[in-house]
Amino acid sequence: MSGRIRGAWPGLLLLSLTMIGLIAAQVSLLAITAVTLIWLFSLWLAGRDSAPPPPLTTPSRLDIDAITRAAMRAAIEPLDVPLLLAHDHRILAANASARTALGPHVVGQDARVALRHPDAVSLLDLADGGSTTVRGLTGARSLWQLTRRRVDANYWMIELRDRNSEADISRAHTDFVANASHELRTPLSSIIGYVETLADAPRQFDADTTARFLGTVLREARRMQSLVADLMSLSQLEAEKHDAPTGRIDFGALAGRVVSEFTHGDGVTRVEFTPPERALGVTGDVGQLEQLLRNLIDNALKYGDSEKPVQVGIVNDLRDHAVLTIADHGAGISADHLPHLTRRFYRADPGRSRAAGGTGLGLAIVKHIVERHRGKLDIASTVGKGTTVTVRLPVTNIAQALV
Amino acid sequence: MVAEHTVKAFDEDITRLRGLIGEMGGLAELAISESMEALVTGSQAQAAAVIARDKRIDALEQEIDKLTVRIFALRAPMADDLREVIAALKISGMLERIGDYAKNIAKRADSIIGRETFEPLTLIPAMAEIAGEMVHDVLTAYAARDPAMAIEICERDAKVDAFYESIFRNLVSHMMENPKTITSAAQLLFVARNLERIGDHATNIAEMVYFAATADYLGNRADRAAVPSSPS
Repeated sequence: MSGRIRGAWPGLLLLSLTMIGLIAAQVSLLAITAVTLIWLFSLWLAGRDSAPPPPLTTPSRLDIDAITRAAMRAAIEPLDVPLLLAHDHRILAANASARTALGPHVVGQDARVALRHPDAVSLLDLADGGSTTVRGLTGARSLWQLTRRRVDANYWMIELRDRNSEADISRAHTDFVANASHELRTPLSSIIGYVETLADAPRQFDADTTARFLGTVLREARRMQSLVADLMSLSQLEAEKHDAPTGRIDFGALAGRVVSEFTHGDGVTRVEFTPPERALGVTGDVGQLEQLLRNLIDNALKYGDSEKPVQVGIVNDLRDHAVLTIADHGAGISADHLPHLTRRFYRADPGRSRAAGGTGLGLAIVKHIVERHRGKLDIASTVGKGTTVTVRLPVTNIAQALV
Repeated sequence: MVAEHTVKAFDEDITRLRGLIGEMGGLAELAISESMEALVTGSQAQAAAVIARDKRIDALEQEIDKLTVRIFALRAPMADDLREVIAALKISGMLERIGDYAKNIAKRADSIIGRETFEPLTLIPAMAEIAGEMVHDVLTAYAARDPAMAIEICERDAKVDAFYESIFRNLVSHMMENPKTITSAAQLLFVARNLERIGDHATNIAEMVYFAATADYLGNRADRAAVPSSPS
């Protein structure tokens, strides 16, 4: 209010000066009165127009803004996904996860200062929002997916989705070669060690020791052989990942054949096979499906309780899938290992796996075979009870099943 | 600015100035990482992209120049505003240099021969990562107006320098042993030199961030090694 009065002073001063001037110039009193009245009226008009708006509108708009922002802030604060609330380019609010990811300083900043990355900034310039993947937003190797959505006429919500784990996976592929050579080096150095010992002093060891050494050499050489074979089938699978297999196979008969391989000479076997009720035709690659079964049954025998049987069964589900289940009764696998089991060289129990002659590639191969056959692989396990692997393959023309 | 100005347009100018610095910084960061990728993989397309994007950095520098002159002329900034504008002017110049160094690295991408077996090439990305991180963090310090972080970044420059020294020695001995690779190794010497300069400029930016935030010169401090972690 005081501003209004103060604002009128220069006007009043000018008015009095003008009046004095007019009186001095001996203008008629009527004209002077008219000028004074018009002047005062215009001053009143100007005062009425300019002064009232600030006290009336500004605080109330701020009020509503403050409430809206506070409410939005409270709503997004506890969410796990980093979220930013922006008005044009200005970041009004960031929830706790966003402040952790980007730093607490982003609130109140221009997004170009806070996010900085050209791809992220260009996302802000898009008129209808959108989504983009940004590398290096929070550090040299970070990978985020930014999605910008309109909240209302003024506000935008920016969602940051952490893609770092996916970046990890692609990095895992790069690490593959390093891992593979490491896996090959271990048996190789043991072979070289034993052979060198024997070659240096051939007569120093008795026949038993020599036989034991040679046994180790043979075992390690076999390990390398199976590793190389696995690596080759993996790279073969990688190469033909995108061409669908063409062979027509009776899946039940094929499984029966593979199961019979696991029968010892004396007819004793731990594998209990339940064949499907009718022939199930599957489009696939004979060699690969055999390898899939062999790897899974081999795993079940190795990691299941050696006294308990392994159940292999194939059924036809209602949705025209051949469902292969391979169940063992053993120690089982804890839940935190399950998502990683199909990764190359991943071992839930490294010592045990190596002792059993595992290459760390069996399930990775299985996964690739299942993917190539447009199937699904599912591993369920209860610690202390056992593991069940389920493979679903689409059943094709049953009548034409040939093999 | 934390405190708002009576003239709202001044706030807008400062926000715009900081926005331009941020944009420039983002481009410079990307230029470093992409030029390094181009160098390691030999990707011509990526090198060309870095070189093309440098034009935008140059244009931004000019825009910042004009804007700061306008702010000086029209707003006559005082105290922290004055420091903010001066810092922006200087930082934009340094970011432009960083962009140039990255461009220079990208230009050398196709002059490395026998990339697969050229061992010293594996040393460079680690150095680039440290230098790139310095640039990333100094821009975060600028955004956050964090003088403590600025000090920490200045201290990191020694790491880049040490890296440069070791790469230099490594490359020289590599050249003596394998005279055939001298051309490629000499290129890498320049690349390492550029990265070292990028680290220096990141330090300079950190000094400007510190100056803008505290009105004190970081470079003038008597003993840099014993700087307190919190600004006095």
